[in-house]
Amino acid sequence: MVTFLEFEKPVAELEARIKELKASAPEGGVDIGPEVEKLEAKAAKLLRDTYAKLSPWQKTMVARHPMRPHFKDIVGRLIEGFTPLAGDRKFGEDAAIQGGLGRFRGRSVMVIGHEKGSDTASRIKHNFGMGKPEGYRKAARLMELASRFNVPIVSFVDTSGAFPGVTAEERGQAEAVARSTQACLSVSVPFVSAIVGEGGSGGALALATANRIIMFEHSVYAVISPEGCASILWRTADKAADAAEAMKQTAQDLKRLGVIDTIVEEPLGGAHRAPEAAIDRLGDALAHELTLLDGLPPQQLRADRRAKFLAMGRSAAA
Amino acid sequence: MSWLTRLRPKLSFLQKRDTPDNLWHKCKSCGQMVFRKEFVENLSVCPRCDHHERIGPNERFGQVFDAGAYTRLPTPPAPEDPLKFRDQKRYTDRIKAARASTGEPEAFALAQGSVGGVPAVVGVQNFAFMGGSMGVAVGEAFVAGAQAALAARSPYIVFTAAGGARMQEGILSLMQMPRSTVAIAELNEAALPYIVVLTDPTTGGVTASYAMLGDIQIAEPNALIGFAGQRVIESTIREKLPEGFQRAEYLLDHGMLDMVVHRRDLQETLARLVGNLMRTGAPAAA
Ligand SMILES: [Zn+2]
Repeated sequence: MVTFLEFEKPVAELEARIKELKASAPEGGVDIGPEVEKLEAKAAKLLRDTYAKLSPWQKTMVARHPMRPHFKDIVGRLIEGFTPLAGDRKFGEDAAIQGGLGRFRGRSVMVIGHEKGSDTASRIKHNFGMGKPEGYRKAARLMELASRFNVPIVSFVDTSGAFPGVTAEERGQAEAVARSTQACLSVSVPFVSAIVGEGGSGGALALATANRIIMFEHSVYAVISPEGCASILWRTADKAADAAEAMKQTAQDLKRLGVIDTIVEEPLGGAHRAPEAAIDRLGDALAHELTLLDGLPPQQLRADRRAKFLAMGRSAAA
Repeated sequence: MSWLTRLRPKLSFLQKRDTPDNLWHKCKSCGQMVFRKEFVENLSVCPRCDHHERIGPNERFGQVFDAGAYTRLPTPPAPEDPLKFRDQKRYTDRIKAARASTGEPEAFALAQGSVGGVPAVVGVQNFAFMGGSMGVAVGEAFVAGAQAALAARSPYIVFTAAGGARMQEGILSLMQMPRSTVAIAELNEAALPYIVVLTDPTTGGVTASYAMLGDIQIAEPNALIGFAGQRVIESTIREKLPEGFQRAEYLLDHGMLDMVVHRRDLQETLARLVGNLMRTGAPAAA
């Protein structure tokens, strides 16, 4: 069952007609084969054309798609023998940020990422992927653990942002995000980050300050949500599409700006249409990036990562 | 440099005289009128209610360095309007207006001098310049300050004030968070003190990076300090915020600060701290 986005309506209508046609065809009656084929070709072309020129705002919708592969799906398919690790050892456990050890294509890895959940119960459990201080402190703890045992780190970023709430502020949300970013910059193991859905501001950055940053084709990564930006600068959230455009938040823009390294192509119609194929491509890209970092001395891995971020924005121009 | 020299004559022309309008300062907190001269002599703190008024770099440098003596350090140029951003106004026009009204090139200023006899580099974020927002130029200035401290082997003291990120620079503004964090790591590894003084207001990405990574965390009384904006939090939890929420004293109570210091005691406090951290070792033999 595919959930259709607003701009996918014409495709949805065509696909519904095909389904109807197939269902209504009487046994041994008129041959509907050619008609179905024609419609299917038309639907595929429409989908391809639509996805070839998605606007930054439409990409935001795709990145937030409820059926988009999430941490659980990605880890389930790419990581063997995943052992989740919990808790920040200071206050509590935060299910919005997951982490643990496992094997990825033969190598031991520390996996960290946001989990948004996939139905009402799991969304509430994971707080819609919005991390709290204890989640970021757990992430920092796991990064340091990985670094001590020479285990490469892989992160999957998918969050609208760190949780804005009273208790989160009380426990030092800002400090926790800052320390997690600091941990990213201190570890001396290979670190590859994949932005797989929404990369929402500091809450994303705190897990994404890596040696290599890859991004799904229709993911977004920005300093603030388009709605938030629009309500501040345009004084109305209705201008979110304009803000999405102006902020340069698509994978393609970010590659041009030198903020990310590699774009991972999604299956036709977005990762949510063929999650397994999408995850496999993500796995190939991750494996490739890790290979690039193989054999580099620990001190250099850290120095390179720092140099990369120290240069950010210095000579950028869109 | 060039635009600054161009602005100066205009600014001196605008230099306000002691008109009755300007003779008095009306406190933004208690609303009482204070002689401006008395207000400034009181370090821009209301003598009636202790409200700490926001101050710009020159006034701050004058208050913090010994005998008010310091040298301004140049801040490196940064790519202007890297995204060619335009909302209701052009970003370049917003920058021009901020420069004209503040007389500063950007929202972060640097100076070198001594604090309690210890040579120090001080950075001041300027809320009057586009809300102190952090863009590439602010990141560049922050990093330049850290590097000046490294070169001089001196402490780096930073006064933060920001509404958050410079949205008009999009992701590049976000990237100033890790960028400043790298500069702090270099100070940490060189065993040079990095001291943060949080002033009103410090929120958003600035708080979630260099404003919370100090070896010592100081705040001015009643300063608003937080990660998320209060309106955002209210709409998330749909309930009233607790009394004193996100104020300096609240952060102190929750273990996020070492101290809240009145402006009149700030210079002396900083002098003592840098002295303790920089002048270490056994006492000289008698
Ligand atoms: Zn007052």
